[in-house]
Amino acid sequence: MKTCDLPAYVVADLINTKQVSAVEVLEDALERIRQVDGRTGEVDAPEATSKEDLSTVHAFTLVTEDHARTQAEKIDKLIQEGEYPGPLAGVPYTAKDIFTVKGIKATAGSKILSNYISPYSATVVERMADAGAVMVGKVNLDEFTYGSSSESSAYKPVPRNPWDPSRVTGGSSGGSAAAVAAGEGAISLGTDTGGSIRHPASFCGTVGLKPTYGRVSRYGLIAFGSSLDCPGPLARNVTDAALALQAIAGPDPRDNTAADVPVPDYLEEMKKDIRGLRIGLSEEFFRVTYFNSESMELVENPIDPQIKEAVLSAAGFLAQLGADIVMDVPLPHTKYGVPTYFVISRVEASSNLLRYDGVKYGFRTDESYADLRELYRKTRGEAFGVEPKLRMLMGIYLSAAQFDKGYYELALKARALMRKDFEEIFDHKGKYRLDALLTPTAPSTAFPIGSVYGDSVMMQYSDQLTATTNHAGIPGLNFPVGFDNENLPIGAQVLGPDYSEGVLLRIARAFEKATEKEGWREKRPPILTTNEN
Amino acid sequence: MTDKISPEDFDRLAELASLELPPDEAEYLRKELNNQMLSIEVLESIPIDAEIRTAAHGIPYDELNSAIPREDISRQDPNREDILKQAPELEDGYIVVPDISHEELD
Repeated sequence: MKTCDLPAYVVADLINTKQVSAVEVLEDALERIRQVDGRTGEVDAPEATSKEDLSTVHAFTLVTEDHARTQAEKIDKLIQEGEYPGPLAGVPYTAKDIFTVKGIKATAGSKILSNYISPYSATVVERMADAGAVMVGKVNLDEFTYGSSSESSAYKPVPRNPWDPSRVTGGSSGGSAAAVAAGEGAISLGTDTGGSIRHPASFCGTVGLKPTYGRVSRYGLIAFGSSLDCPGPLARNVTDAALALQAIAGPDPRDNTAADVPVPDYLEEMKKDIRGLRIGLSEEFFRVTYFNSESMELVENPIDPQIKEAVLSAAGFLAQLGADIVMDVPLPHTKYGVPTYFVISRVEASSNLLRYDGVKYGFRTDESYADLRELYRKTRGEAFGVEPKLRMLMGIYLSAAQFDKGYYELALKARALMRKDFEEIFDHKGKYRLDALLTPTAPSTAFPIGSVYGDSVMMQYSDQLTATTNHAGIPGLNFPVGFDNENLPIGAQVLGPDYSEGVLLRIARAFEKATEKEGWREKRPPILTTNEN
Repeated sequence: MTDKISPEDFDRLAELASLELPPDEAEYLRKELNNQMLSIEVLESIPIDAEIRTAAHGIPYDELNSAIPREDISRQDPNREDILKQAPELEDGYIVVPDISHEELD
């Protein structure tokens, strides 16, 4: 077995005990990338059409081989000198191309930042390096993280799902989830604004943790919705996600929203018993409510029954381990999650996107312009894709005084109600007294590439089960719970009160341990065997 | 049903967003925005009690989790050149821009 298929905690142990070097582990990861990833994403490059393109992952926008080799050699040197390089010593990881890394391009999957070389590093990137991890590359995403399939990236070809390359990876951290699933790095750093870590993690069969808002610093993260954005890890197992969160969590003087709350020992928290934990199930999370623009009606549809069955089966395992399963937990404002998200995320996005002007940094139009306004219009019209354009236009429509119909205020009140829903079910003196809520992560498994992209409303509803978590600021963790009859991974998420990541990791780890002998745990992404040399 | 966002509204939005758009792209974007508005209008049906206050953040910040303000000290960034060289046009350490048009603002 190659080291790229081993858990990060095993790799770090092998390196720390000198059984393998960090450079050898890096070579394994680079070989895997060459074997399965195909063409690296480039701006305006052709979409996938060749047989090779259609059967490879395309997770990366940049493979940082030299940077990684320097980091790996440093780890090996420290070990030779008898030093301890950290709990992630020599573990190869990838970073969603929304994080800045000093001296390396940071594109946000957009043409407008295609030539931007960051002069500074994100806090989470520095902390991964401090823990000994080795960054092997930047990975693709929806442009500026705007989407749920990673198809809106200006970097083509867009990522393909390792479990079925004709399907999307989910999004927006699609490159992260695909890279982790295909063994192109044991861990990836993603971001979750409306579900962007958990959603692709569910589509690609990985663990994905959206921490509590403020648990992890946003410094060096290219902003989308500043009151919603949460950096967090994706990994192939729960222990690796716990290790990564341990490395990146905690206060940061460079981000005033990074909470001044002590970071617990997540590995210890994870090992505790789940006996007596109260875990809720809510009918509101087994259906999707959306406005059908053809029939002009509010439609309520059950989610895919195979997903419901897998989540209920996971609840059964947790009950066998001693958890109390609480049925029919009410979260009545769940159905307003997406409409509210349409408002808040767009207003915040439009504010964050007005800084890209073709003057200070980034792309500038090659066309002629008479004055500064025309330079802005041409540069931005050319270099933003449709998703950022939609989000800016909507954000301005909802917040400019001349158009104001009060939707922003309504959305902020709806947000308060969603927060209240969660506070009530997690209240230890309340009726439900839950430690966590167990729900499906997405209403479907991975859908075919091109089947939803272009319909911005349907795409957004893919986040209906994840967006309320972001409105409320609470943590959520996706973990694999099985496969559907097309061999596509199914994900469930556990949601908990503020700063309860330790409990969420404990539940997911208990399930992982209880199911390690199940047949579906043996499955590996078919893309690994089709591309074997 | 009439569109919430008319072609005239859309042109004004594109102007405010500083976006030059080809007509076919503009029409696609306007259609999508109007479809999104149908979803957003659902918010009008939420029963909201008078005492519900707006929440700009999900998680409240109080004395238990608020960060201590950092010290107010100025610092010369060591990467001045790296930052400046990102600008598309530079002259003697200054960022060059074309003429700034003067127009009456609304």
